[in-house]
Amino acid sequence: MYSQGLRDSKAGDDSPELLEAFQKRIDAEEKIEPRDWMPQAYRKTLIRQISQHAHSEIVGQLPEANWVTRAPTLKRKLILLAKIQDEAGHGLYLYSAAETLGESRHKMYQDLLSGKAKYSSIFNYPTLNWADAGAVGWLVDGAAIMNQVALCRTSYGPYSRAMVRICKEESFHQRQGYDIMIKMANGTPEQKAMAQDALDRTWWPSLMMFGPSDKDSTHSNQSMKWKIKRFSNDDLRQKFIDATVPQAEYLGLTIPDKNLKYNEKTGHYDFSEIIWDELFEVIKGNGPCNQQRMDARNKAYDDGAWVREAAAAYAEKQQNNKEVA
Amino acid sequence: MKLYEVFIRAKAGLSHKHVGSVHASDAQMAMQNARDLYTRREEGESIWVVDSSQIVSSNPADKAAYFEPAEDKIYRHPSFYPFDKEVKNI
Repeated sequence: MYSQGLRDSKAGDDSPELLEAFQKRIDAEEKIEPRDWMPQAYRKTLIRQISQHAHSEIVGQLPEANWVTRAPTLKRKLILLAKIQDEAGHGLYLYSAAETLGESRHKMYQDLLSGKAKYSSIFNYPTLNWADAGAVGWLVDGAAIMNQVALCRTSYGPYSRAMVRICKEESFHQRQGYDIMIKMANGTPEQKAMAQDALDRTWWPSLMMFGPSDKDSTHSNQSMKWKIKRFSNDDLRQKFIDATVPQAEYLGLTIPDKNLKYNEKTGHYDFSEIIWDELFEVIKGNGPCNQQRMDARNKAYDDGAWVREAAAAYAEKQQNNKEVA
Repeated sequence: MKLYEVFIRAKAGLSHKHVGSVHASDAQMAMQNARDLYTRREEGESIWVVDSSQIVSSNPADKAAYFEPAEDKIYRHPSFYPFDKEVKNI
């Protein structure tokens, strides 16, 4: 953005007066725009969160790409391609929003390629059968939407605007995923078994997408106070479960949780304790596909080097021609 | 790569509106990238791309001095001139 690189708040000038004035603006539901004064920690938190979110969109293309050449019909293939193109687009909207905070896209992207930056662990799971393409859309994109709808009202203007746009497109992703699940769940016994298998493997990782329980979440409090986050991890997770269980029932599929039960008193579904050890292993880099995903991104970047060089050479030549003429 | 700001006109009759930015090595590439990125669903029928470094913007720190004087010039608004109800069509 045009304000890129301008830093009106320099390290060390987070005086109590400025912080208080900033909090007042947040409390009054004012949006913060790129060149407004903001605390260093607010800027840092946003850069971390938005760039991780962007990386997730980019890496999220890979499990879907696995099925492009083997989609069962031409229509499904075209839909899948459109969805993957959207994921790339979402990544770019988000990098663009993060750049308004003074971080360059190149730097963020290099951090992804070197393994320094994190992305959503859900994409380190494999997509083993065609029903996974459905389960990813229905559950993974469904969980993402739950998070993203909440982020449409986040306090940082460019992030909020990117989220509004993403949510509109993400809804297509979730619906096309559920559409695949309907077909599979109502197909042959083998197809239904594939749908159930996909649900079994995707359910728990999807619930973990909302992040650790509120009592263990390290970044939550300050982010809530600054209205970067507007709902807690546990609240969003519960909302997702409440919305999704009836959808699974409609498909005639069983959610892999023996303790899942509607609670008349609370009006919500009770569910089993989440086993976090597995997620922490995946975050540490020991998930089924971590290495494969990083290799694929690095290969794509390296293989594209000649395109970047050619574009730069062409632009320079055009510029030179103009100067001569 | 340079940074370009992207503006899109949703349909004839409306003005172009800022939607985000793209990276590109030249203006032509910026235009193509903007089309791929911001108009996948008939969001517009006209695109402007502008080299970001060419945009001159007001400074948020000057906001008060720049915009607030308008507040004490309320005589610029039609509501400053109330008339009796019998005066019509004005």
